[in-house]
Amino acid sequence: MTQTTAHHHAPPRGFLRTHVFSLDHKVIGKQYLDLALVAVCTGMVLSWLMRFHLAWPETPIPGLDRVSPNGAAGGVITPEYYLALMTMHGTIMVFFVLTTAPFAGFGNYFLPIQVGAEDMAFPRINMSSFWVTLVAFLVLIAAFFVGDGPPLSGWTAYAPLSAVGKDAGPGQGVGQTLWAVSITLFCVAQLLGALNFITTTLDLRTQGMSLARMPYATWAWFITSVIGLVAFAVLMPACILLLLDRLAGTSFFIPGGLVISDRLQPHSGGSPLLWQHLFWFFGHPEVYIAILPGFGIISQILPVFARKPLLGPRVLIACLIAIAFLSYTVWGHHMFLSGMTPFSATLFSVPTLVITIPATIVTLLWIGTIYGAKLRFTTPALFCLGFVSVFVSGGISGFFLAQPSIDTYLHGTYFVVGHFHFVMGVAAMFGIFAGTYFWAPKMFGRMMNETLGKWHFWLTFIGVYCVFMPMHYLGLAGNVRRYSAFTDDYLKPMIPLHRFITIAALFTGAAQLIFLFNLVRTRLRGPKAPDNPWEATTLEWSTTSPPPFDNFGGRPPVVYRGPNEYGGTGAGGDYVMQASPQAAGPG
Amino acid sequence: MPGIATPPAPMVPPAATPPTAAPGTTTEPSPRQSAQTGVWLAIGTICMSFAALTSAMVVRQGAAPDWRHFQLPPLLYLNTLVLLASSGTLEWSRRRIAAVPVGTASFAPRLEGLSGIYLTLALGLLFVTGQVIAWRQLAAQGLFLATAPSSAFFYVFTALHGLHVVGGLVGLSYVVRRLRRIAGPVPRIALRAAALYWHFMGALWLYLLVILATRV
Repeated sequence: MTQTTAHHHAPPRGFLRTHVFSLDHKVIGKQYLDLALVAVCTGMVLSWLMRFHLAWPETPIPGLDRVSPNGAAGGVITPEYYLALMTMHGTIMVFFVLTTAPFAGFGNYFLPIQVGAEDMAFPRINMSSFWVTLVAFLVLIAAFFVGDGPPLSGWTAYAPLSAVGKDAGPGQGVGQTLWAVSITLFCVAQLLGALNFITTTLDLRTQGMSLARMPYATWAWFITSVIGLVAFAVLMPACILLLLDRLAGTSFFIPGGLVISDRLQPHSGGSPLLWQHLFWFFGHPEVYIAILPGFGIISQILPVFARKPLLGPRVLIACLIAIAFLSYTVWGHHMFLSGMTPFSATLFSVPTLVITIPATIVTLLWIGTIYGAKLRFTTPALFCLGFVSVFVSGGISGFFLAQPSIDTYLHGTYFVVGHFHFVMGVAAMFGIFAGTYFWAPKMFGRMMNETLGKWHFWLTFIGVYCVFMPMHYLGLAGNVRRYSAFTDDYLKPMIPLHRFITIAALFTGAAQLIFLFNLVRTRLRGPKAPDNPWEATTLEWSTTSPPPFDNFGGRPPVVYRGPNEYGGTGAGGDYVMQASPQAAGPG
Repeated sequence: MPGIATPPAPMVPPAATPPTAAPGTTTEPSPRQSAQTGVWLAIGTICMSFAALTSAMVVRQGAAPDWRHFQLPPLLYLNTLVLLASSGTLEWSRRRIAAVPVGTASFAPRLEGLSGIYLTLALGLLFVTGQVIAWRQLAAQGLFLATAPSSAFFYVFTALHGLHVVGGLVGLSYVVRRLRRIAGPVPRIALRAAALYWHFMGALWLYLLVILATRV
C-alpha cells in the first residue's frame, strides 16, 4: 500500500512563501488570529458607535459623517444606519471573530501539534481556506464604502427584506449582495477547514496517540469541525438561493403580493419562513462552533493551573458529543415568534432544555476540577475562571428563554442581547484570551507580561458584567432591542441605565488596549519563553518555543499516556508529559 | 452504481497501544489514507447541501400554488447513461492500475490503464456539455431560472451538480498528471479517492434525476 506522510511540502524559502502564502499550519493559524484581531477591533468600534448613539441619541459623533454622509449626516446616526452598524457588528463578530479565532486560528496552530503531526492533512487546501476567509472579510467590509452602505437586515439577514433588493432600504442593494457573497465564501472556507481538521485528527495522529489520549482542545476542535461540516453545508446553498432571489429574479423567499416602499415586488409564492429554517439550522450549531473550542481550551488549561487531573475526562467528551448532536435539534427556538405552530415550539423547547444538561455537567466538571486545588493564579487561569463565570451567567438566562411562553415576552428585548453576549460572545472571548495568554509562549517564543495580563483580566471581567448584566433588567422591563433610540415615553426612564452601559462598554473597550499593547510588546521583545513554562503535559510543550518548521525537528513524538497526568509525585515534578515514557508517581 | 460498493477505507486507525520503542526514535508511519478520508467527508458535506436544497424544494412547493410542472428534456436520460458509463471506464482503469505490482520498474502497465481515465474525462466533458444543451432546450421552451419555482430548482440542482462534476474533472486531471510522472510510486490512494468522488457524482445525479423527474 502506498504510504503518504503528513508532510507534503518542503520548508519554504523567501518572505512571501514563509510569511504570506505559507503552507505551514502554524503561520496560517497566526494569520487567522491576526485577521480575527483586526475584525474584533472593527466590530468593537461599531458597538461603541451604537452604544454612544443609544445613550446620547442627538449628540453628533465627530468624523462619522465622513464615513457615511447619508447614514450619519452631521455625525448623528440615522435609524437605518444604526441597523447597518448592528448588522455589520453581528456578522463580523460571529463569523470573523468567534468562528475564526478559537476554531480556525488556535485549531490550525495547535491541532496538528497536539496530535503529533507535522502539518495538516491538506496544506494547500488549508492555505486556500485562510485566503478565502480573508477575501470574504474584505468583501463584507467593502459594504461600508459602496452603494448605500452596509445592509440593515441583521446578521440573520431575514427574508424577505434581505431578498428584495434596494427597495427594502439603504444598504439593501449592493450592501446586502456583498453580505451574501461574503458569507457564501466564508462557508466555502470553513467547509474546507473542517474537512482538513477532521482528516488530520483521524489520519495523522502519531504513534500512541489514540483517540482516548487526545488533548481536550483537540477533541473540541474535532467535534466543532464535524458540526461545521454539516452546518456550513446548509448555510451555503441558502445564501446561493438568497443571491438568486436578489439577482436573478427567483422567488425562493419572497412571497407574492409584497409591497415594499410603495412598490409591488415582482415575485410570487416564496416562503420567508424557509430562510429562517435554513438559516437557524446553521445558526444554532454556529453558537456551538463559537463556544465548543472555548470548552476545549478551558478543559485543557484548567488542570494545568489547578495541578490536578480534569474531573471526568470521558464524561467531558461524551457531553461535547451530546451537545454537538443536540445542537441540530434546537434551531426552532430562535423562531418561537415567527408564526410556527405552538406545537412545533414545544417540540423545539424540549431539546433546548435537554441540551442544558450536558452543558451543566461540563461546568460542574470544571468546578469539580478546581475544588480543593492549589490554583496557580496566572492570567490564563484567571480567564478560565472568568469563562466559567460568564458562561454560567449567560447560560442561566437560557433556561428562561428556552420556554416559549417566557420567550414570547423576552425575545424582542435586551434580555436576549444580554443572554447571547454572555454565553457565546464574552465566554468565547474569554476562551480566546485564555488561549492567547496560555499559548503565546509557544506561538511567539516569548512570555506575555503577567501584571498587564491581570489588569486586563480584572478590568474586562468587571466591565463585561457592567455592560451585559443590566441588559437582563432592561429586557424584563420591556426594553425592546434593535431600536436606535428610546424616545418613547415608557422607555425614557431606561436612558440613564443605557448611559451606564455605554460608559461601561467604552471603559471595557479601552481595557482591551492593555491586551493589544501586551500582545504587540510580547511579539516584538517579550522575555524568551522556555519550552514548557506552565509545566503542561500535551505535545506542543514537548517541542521548542516556537516549534520548528516540521513541529518536532524530524523526530515524530511517541505518546505513552493521556493528557491528564497532573498531581503526581514523580521525579520530574507533579506532572508527566504525554511523550514521556516515565511512569507516573503515586499521586 | 458501479464502484459505489467500493469498500470505504477504515477512517479511524486502530487504537494505539503503549509503544515499547524509546521516545524520539523515528517510527514507521502507519498507512495514510488522507485523500480518501477527505473525499468521504466531502461526500458527507455535499449530501448535506443537497439535502438542504431538497427540503427547501419540498417546502417551497407546498408554500404556494405557483409550482409549474414541466417535462424534463429527454436528453437528460442520455446524459445519465454517459455519466454512468464514465464511472465504468474509470473503475476499469483504476483496477488495472491497482493491479500493477508495487515496485514495478516498467512504466508501460501504468500507461495502459490511463486510456480508461482519458475516456472518463471525455465522457465527463460530454455529460457537462449535454447538461448545458438540456438547459438550452428548456430555455427554448421559455423555461428560465425565474420562470417558475420548479424551473428555478431544476437549474439550481443541475448547475450545482455540474460544478461538482467539473471539480471532479479537475481532480482526475491532477491524478493523470501524477500517473504520467515516471518517477515515484503509483498514486493508488489518490486514484481511489478520485474514483470514489466520481462514482458519488453518478449516484448524486441519479438521486437528483429521480427527485426532478417526480417533482418538477
